[in-house]
Amino acid sequence: MHPFVLERPKDLASALAFGAQAGRNDAPAEYIAGGTDMVQLLQEYVRKPNRLVSLAGLLDRRIDAGPQGLRLGAAATMAEVAAHSAVLQRYPLISEALLNSASPQVRNQATMGGNLLQRTRCPYFRDVGYAACNKRAPGSGCSAIGGENRWNAVLGTSDQCIAVHPSDLAVALVALDAAVEVRGPQGQRTVPLDQLHRLPADSPHIETVLEPGEVIAAITVPSATAGWRSHYLKVRDRASFEFAVVAAAVALDLDGGRIRQARVALGGVGTKPWRVPQVESALAGATLEPAALGSAAALAGQGARGHGHNDFKIELMQRAVVRAIEIAGAHA
Amino acid sequence: MGNEDSSEGRSSGDLTRRDLLKLTAAAGGTWFAEGLLPEPALSAMAQAADATQAPLKVLLRVNGVEHRLMLDPRTTLLDALREQLHLKGSKKGCGLGQCGACTVLLDGKRVKSCLSLAALVEGREITTIEGLAQGDELHPLQTAFIERDAFQCGYCTSGQIMAGVACITEGHAGSAQEIRDWMSGNLCRCGAYDHIVAAIQDAAKATSSQRGG
Repeated sequence: MHPFVLERPKDLASALAFGAQAGRNDAPAEYIAGGTDMVQLLQEYVRKPNRLVSLAGLLDRRIDAGPQGLRLGAAATMAEVAAHSAVLQRYPLISEALLNSASPQVRNQATMGGNLLQRTRCPYFRDVGYAACNKRAPGSGCSAIGGENRWNAVLGTSDQCIAVHPSDLAVALVALDAAVEVRGPQGQRTVPLDQLHRLPADSPHIETVLEPGEVIAAITVPSATAGWRSHYLKVRDRASFEFAVVAAAVALDLDGGRIRQARVALGGVGTKPWRVPQVESALAGATLEPAALGSAAALAGQGARGHGHNDFKIELMQRAVVRAIEIAGAHA
Repeated sequence: MGNEDSSEGRSSGDLTRRDLLKLTAAAGGTWFAEGLLPEPALSAMAQAADATQAPLKVLLRVNGVEHRLMLDPRTTLLDALREQLHLKGSKKGCGLGQCGACTVLLDGKRVKSCLSLAALVEGREITTIEGLAQGDELHPLQTAFIERDAFQCGYCTSGQIMAGVACITEGHAGSAQEIRDWMSGNLCRCGAYDHIVAAIQDAAKATSSQRGG
C-alpha cells in the first residue's frame, strides 16, 4: 500500500472536514468504512490516498421500517440488512440481492454506503500493470475497448469507458425507487439513487454526484412496492461468491395473472445500476404469457451496444428479465 | 507483501537505507531493522517517512488477551496477528478477500482479516483458530475435521474451521447445499470440499444434540 495518514475522527463533523479538504489539493483523502473494497484498492495500488479517514462508529447503522417505508443506516452491514425481518417480509428483493453478493465474511464487514460506492471490477481498472484506464488514470485510454471485455457493459458506455457498476444491492434498490441521504460539510441533501451514479461520458473517473467530503448517511426505500412479488435473478460464472454477468431485479404488482405495475432493473450490463422504464411501461397491463413478457423484455436492449466478447449480454439480459418475472409471478 | 512489488509502489526518494533504519528505529519501530524486509518494502517505508506517517498506538483484544501495539497504519488485522502477535494459525492466501484462509471472528462474526485495517478494529473481540479450543479440548469442529480427514495440504484449514464455526452458529448448516453456499467464501485448492461439508454436518449435529441435552 502507498503510505497514508490514518485519521480516526471522534465525530462525523471532523470526518467531513477532513474529506472536504480532499477536493482542494492534489493529496487526496479517501473515506474507509467496512473496508472490504478500499483495502483491496489500497493493496493493489489502484487508490493511493495520502490520508485515509475512518468512518467507523460515526454513521447510523439502524434499520427502521414503518408505514413510510424503509430506512437503512449507511453503516448497517450487508448481513444485518439481509437478515432483518422487515426487509425479508416487505422488501425481499433487497435481501435476495444481498445474499447473492460477496461471501458471508464480506457481508459481515461491508456497509450499505460502501456497497453503493464500491468501484468497478473491470480487470483493467484493478490491475495497475495496464497503463490505460480512464477511470483510474484520466486521459490514459481504455484497455477494455478492444481488449478482454466479456465482463464489461453494453448500456451507458462511452468511448472512454465501458466498466460495469458491480453492486447487486444498487440494482435492487434502484428498481424500488430508493434514495440516499447525503451528509456533507454544507449540510444534508437527498439524492434519488437513480441519479447518484453518473454515466462515464468523458470523465469516467468521476463516478457519482457526491461533492468532496460528502458521505452517504442512509438509504430510504418508499413503501409503494412493499409486499409486491419480486425476484433477483443473478447469472454468473459460478453458483456463489461471484459478481453478476447479468442480473435482473423485478418487482410486480399482480392482479391475478395480469401485471398492474412492474419495476425492472438490470445489473452486470450497465455502467451504473440500470433501470428500464420502457420495459416497465410495456409490462403494465400485460399477462404473464411468455410472448407478452418476451416482447416487453426485448425493449431492454434499446441502446445496447456490445464490444465483442460481451455481445451475448444483450440477448441474455432480455432472457433474464423474462425468467425473473416468471419466477416472481410464480411465487405463492 | 507481494503487492509491494508493484512498479507504482516503488519510489527511490532521497533516503538511503541507512537513513531509513535510523529513522524508523527512532520512531520506535523494531521490525524494520531485522533485515527481513525486501527493498520494495523499504522503499515504501521511505515514502512513509515522506508522508510524515507515524506509527499508531493500537489496542487489540485477541482470544481474550489485550495487546498494545505500535503499528504502521497500513497494517491489516491479518498481518498484525501473524507478524506482531505471532499467531500464525490465520493464513495469508490472496490478501484480497478472495480465498478465506485469513478468516477470524470479530465480535463473534466471521470476517476476512486481510480486509480490515488493524487500527480500525481496536477494542473489538477477535477470536482466531488459536482461541478456539478450551484448554486441551478441541472445538467439536476441529475434532470433526480430523475425523473426516477434511484437508490435504492444510493451508486453508484454519480459515475453513473459523468460517465453519460461524456457519453452524448462524444456523446455516441445515443441509449440504446450504453449507456449500454459506462456505463459498473459503476456497480449498486441494478440493477437500466433500469432507469439509461432512465435518461441518457432524459438528452441527454434535452442537445441536448438546443444546438439546
